[in-house]
Amino acid sequence: MSPIVKLKDVEKSFGALKVINGISFAVQRGEVVAIIGQSGSGKSTALRCINALESIDCGEIEVCGHKVHDAGLDKRALRTDVGIVFQSYNLFPHLTVEQNIILAPMAVKKMGRREAVEVSQEVLGKVGLLDKAASYPEQLSGGQQQRVAIARSLAMRPKVMLFDEVTSALDPQLTGEVLKVIEDLARSGMTMILVTHEMAFARQVASTVIYMRNGLIWEEGPSAILSAPGTAELRSFVGTGL
Amino acid sequence: MPSFGLVHIEFLLHGVVWTVVLSILAFIGGGAAGFLIALARVSPLRWVRGLAGVYVTIVQGTPLLVVMFLAYFGLTIIGLGQLPALVAAGLSMTVYAAAFLGEIWKGCIQSVPQAQWEAAECLALTRWQRMTKVILPQAMRIATPPTVGFMVQIVKNTSLASVVGFVELAQASKLINNSTFQPFISFGFAAAFYFLLCYPLSMWSQSLERTLNVAHR
Repeated sequence: MSPIVKLKDVEKSFGALKVINGISFAVQRGEVVAIIGQSGSGKSTALRCINALESIDCGEIEVCGHKVHDAGLDKRALRTDVGIVFQSYNLFPHLTVEQNIILAPMAVKKMGRREAVEVSQEVLGKVGLLDKAASYPEQLSGGQQQRVAIARSLAMRPKVMLFDEVTSALDPQLTGEVLKVIEDLARSGMTMILVTHEMAFARQVASTVIYMRNGLIWEEGPSAILSAPGTAELRSFVGTGL
Repeated sequence: MPSFGLVHIEFLLHGVVWTVVLSILAFIGGGAAGFLIALARVSPLRWVRGLAGVYVTIVQGTPLLVVMFLAYFGLTIIGLGQLPALVAAGLSMTVYAAAFLGEIWKGCIQSVPQAQWEAAECLALTRWQRMTKVILPQAMRIATPPTVGFMVQIVKNTSLASVVGFVELAQASKLINNSTFQPFISFGFAAAFYFLLCYPLSMWSQSLERTLNVAHR
């Protein structure tokens, strides 16, 4: 089976700063990949390149059949297949939880309101926030907002979900409730790429772990590499991370 | 020589009506054109941004008085015929208000965090959908206090329409003074009427600012 996400020799610079220095990896359908590494190692940038929030300098990225590196890329078609959740939630503050969720299905997929609300109920159920449909984002805790953000992404029925340090702004208890949602998603067979600092979580849900350092993939393997790192750098990184 | 009396107050009130009419014209015309200017100022197309920028720079660098003269006398000279004073004044106020409102609103649109654009983009919304469903509703909340505040400027600046012979409040008080020679009384009344028009707007703007600061929704 061909991979659903494939990166080949991807490079990306911001001005003179080379953030990604030639990385290649592939993600199979249903796989959960965790990308870990120090701040500035290029992991978030790599994730943003996958759904074309950043353009790449050279190399190839293919996601669900979309050639992301191609100048003629249909970005909206790509974003219909790929969902992303950010560290800062980025819910729309002027809309209720339900309005946040039904906005894209109605505007992009031309879904009727009734059907969209049904989808909203379903995804809110998945993140355990059915009772918050009428709330505004500011009335929710950070963890709840992040779960709504996940639900909003899920409502578009993405084939791949990207998570960009989604628990970094949350305290340990709220982190737990968000991670549980992601874990449930993993169990349901969703293909996911997560950039994370939660080593224990990566070990638990990820089938593959990618350790990035200085814009390179320094070490890659099953989550067991977190317990038995092959390189001194990962060993020291995991040592500080736990 | 007639002294200032009820008949003059009535005349001033007619002036008030025309001041209000001109203000409304300016606000509607300037608001519509200003909205387009604001959109153009944040356009992804460079030349559209540039063109709108040039318009704003020129208008903001030109006294409204001169714009009035140009609209009233200038258009005649280039052969477009004499515009009625109300049309010339309304047109000038529109040109003027569009530049300032456009610039105010551009700032409001840009003050919506970039992350909101990004989140909307990642949900596959088109640029227009991002603008109308996500950015503008948030920008409008931010824009309300300064917009109402600018309406005060519009009301006061309609007084410049007197230079093209339009009889609004300022011109009315000048005419009364010409016949009564009681400048303090006639201009004093004019000032009072301007204040009565502007004060509620200022209060409204301030209370809007307070509510916006309390509830950030």
